[in-house]
Amino acid sequence: MSVFEGFKFRKVSSVVHDLDPRIKFFFVSVLFVMAILFTKLISLTILFFVPLPFVFMAHVSRQWLRSLRGAMFLAIFIFATNFIFGYFYPTSFQQITPPVDTLMEYLVILERAAAMTLRFVVLIASFSVFFLTTSPDHLGLALQQSHIPYEFCFAFTTAVRFVPVLADEAQTIMDAQKARGLELERGNLLKRVRNYIPVLIPLIVNAIRRSLELAESMESRAWGASKKRTNLYALKLKRADYILFTVSVLMLVLAVYVWLYVSIPSLTALLSL
Amino acid sequence: MVVIETKDVTYTYPGATKPSIENVSITINKGDFVILTGPSGCGKTTLCRCFNGLVPHFYNGKLEGTITVADLNVADHKIYQLARHVGLVFQNPENQLFALSVEKDVAFGLENFAMPRDEMRKRVDWALQIAGISELSERPPHELSGGQQQRVAIASVLAMQPDIMILDEPTSFLDPVGAEKIFEVLSELNKKLGITIILVEHRLDLAAKYANHVIVMNEGKVALTGTPREIFTSEKARLIGIGIPKATKLYQHLKQNGVELKAVPVTPEEAANLLREVLNRA
Amino acid sequence: MLEVKDLYFSYPTGLEALKGINLTVDDGEFLAVMGQNGAGKTTLVKHFNGLLKPTKGEVLVDGVSTQDVSVAKLARNVGFVFQNPDHQLFSETVEDEIAFALKNFGFEASVIEKQIDWALNLLDITQYRKTSPFMLSGGERKRVALASILAWDPKVIILDEPTIGQDHQQKEKLQQFIMQLNAQKKTVVVVTHDVEFVAECNPRVILMTQGKILVDGKAEKILTNPKVLAQASIVPPQITKIFLELADLGLPTDVIDVHEATKILLNRLRNRS
Repeated sequence: MSVFEGFKFRKVSSVVHDLDPRIKFFFVSVLFVMAILFTKLISLTILFFVPLPFVFMAHVSRQWLRSLRGAMFLAIFIFATNFIFGYFYPTSFQQITPPVDTLMEYLVILERAAAMTLRFVVLIASFSVFFLTTSPDHLGLALQQSHIPYEFCFAFTTAVRFVPVLADEAQTIMDAQKARGLELERGNLLKRVRNYIPVLIPLIVNAIRRSLELAESMESRAWGASKKRTNLYALKLKRADYILFTVSVLMLVLAVYVWLYVSIPSLTALLSL
Repeated sequence: MVVIETKDVTYTYPGATKPSIENVSITINKGDFVILTGPSGCGKTTLCRCFNGLVPHFYNGKLEGTITVADLNVADHKIYQLARHVGLVFQNPENQLFALSVEKDVAFGLENFAMPRDEMRKRVDWALQIAGISELSERPPHELSGGQQQRVAIASVLAMQPDIMILDEPTSFLDPVGAEKIFEVLSELNKKLGITIILVEHRLDLAAKYANHVIVMNEGKVALTGTPREIFTSEKARLIGIGIPKATKLYQHLKQNGVELKAVPVTPEEAANLLREVLNRA
Repeated sequence: MLEVKDLYFSYPTGLEALKGINLTVDDGEFLAVMGQNGAGKTTLVKHFNGLLKPTKGEVLVDGVSTQDVSVAKLARNVGFVFQNPDHQLFSETVEDEIAFALKNFGFEASVIEKQIDWALNLLDITQYRKTSPFMLSGGERKRVALASILAWDPKVIILDEPTIGQDHQQKEKLQQFIMQLNAQKKTVVVVTHDVEFVAECNPRVILMTQGKILVDGKAEKILTNPKVLAQASIVPPQITKIFLELADLGLPTDVIDVHEATKILLNRLRNRS
């Protein structure tokens, strides 16, 4: 599942990694809003390049590219759908009079489909950078300091903490059942799904047992002793965070202004001049 | 000074047909290092959970009799209130660590107590140092060995500075070298910090030398209580089937054949010294 | 029965777990694989039923190389009892649990019935035939897991840390059971760090450290050699420790059993007086 590699946190020392996750999230959200506001290929292409400097600064280029590669499949689907829709219902485009027959008209539809696809890719790319450079620890802390109830933050970090443990356990269970003659690779789809029952049941039962033990441990360490917990760590905003915040706000203001008052030409229109 | 006292305690889990422990009356003094042992299912785990309030508050069920821990009646106090005085370390190291770094786990209990950050930092560093894991403070639990994880669990309970620490088969998943390290840490906690230790163990060979008090349970009741030497040489203990240290077994075999050592050994070192005496005399 | 020729194994992460293992296990042998956690014991035995395939070198089971044979096929002859029974229990009744492997291996219904009866009897769990395995205690679940592996009567039985979490009586019963299996001409391989357990059984022992076999021989020779044990970070059995301390008095040091120890000491005392 290489697409997941594009969202898994990588521990690297970089400016991007040290940024406050709340500010990073705000920045990524601004990119999200801008991607929604803009519909023209030119503006979306510019937007695509915005996360790139962050990717390089954080030394996560390889993993980031993997997330894009993973998004390819869905991207192609979006492109195809938009193109087909545009072909059969061209009345949504002002420049086209049905039926679609000139090269120019094809290009208009193509450009729209490309723009929609790029919008999707921009979203994936931005969130990928966020998750690649934010440790689950930091994320949990950000959630907490954003006044989300501690129970949820705790559930989040604990879940992340146990992902590798459960992955290992799943492997062990598969080994144990394979050693009893279970064939996981053979058979038609239905049989294969059935063959996973001896793997799923122990996994689920053990997960429940594990939660019980965790709960015992939590209670024994005074869970619920105080209405307001303190925290060993605290997220403090630094200069880099303020800079990024200001940049994000400016970007947002610019985007809204452009959306309201500036009409961006389509690529096709530019080419035909 | 009595630090734990139970009077006629009988407890039945919800939905169970018979009690897990019956008429248990024991006394544990401050500074004791107690080994609680007995065959599987004898009620030792249930008894441990009575000491920190998991029974009855977490498990509900029917509890009769009184349990007093650090002068608090367990039934009348919440688990988090009792947590200031008694800590419980469980068998599986993995399921006691929830945070993504060691020091965050150690701080967990203190965060629950709403301790101010500076004080917390000092306490966490102190606990890590005593448990011998200061260099692991920023590591995620998944990267640690079982023995290291268990020491993190001990540190996270120690940080709360309880007077009493209970450990329920903490070395089950560890190899003998790892187990020995745990016992050494516990011995330090007991001798240097005066913490009362209650250790549930089957591997008496390794743990016996640290204890001054042994309680043997069988089928939900307390069968024997006394010093290690008294218990290990008792016929009743042998019949119940606890793992009597080999050194003591050797002593008993020799005694059966007419050779009596001056004292009852519990460790190989003690046995060797006593044997040396006898062999040199002959 | 089992032949390991110059075996090297590296995990996908790059960790080289086995560095040149050479080993032959004959039919009906009783072998204990010992060493510290991380020495490579479990990694080695997982090659015997094909769960792991050699990176370099060869593993032969009954003359057949494991490289191209599936785990399910190898499992027919090599039964692997995992450390934690909860990694394999999933059925509604103990009966179903035991039947699982038998069905996987394609046994006939009448044979399956017979084998279930036999396995239940062997492990003394006949009264639990229709019970759900999840309702049983830890020790009972371990017996169910063991029964479900023995049910198909494999020639080789591998037990991974069977004494973990067991009380004294359970360990004694297990010991007797294993000796019984061996007496029935089964090849038994036990992975363990429990020195006392091995001392009681006195099998052939291979001591591993850092992916290599340090030494190979009878338990009473290896467990009484403090130099070799120190290299593998293993502590000698309690009885041996006593005799090692008294070595200067001219007493033998290769003693691991308490009864033998008593005899030696009594003889010495009688001869002296």
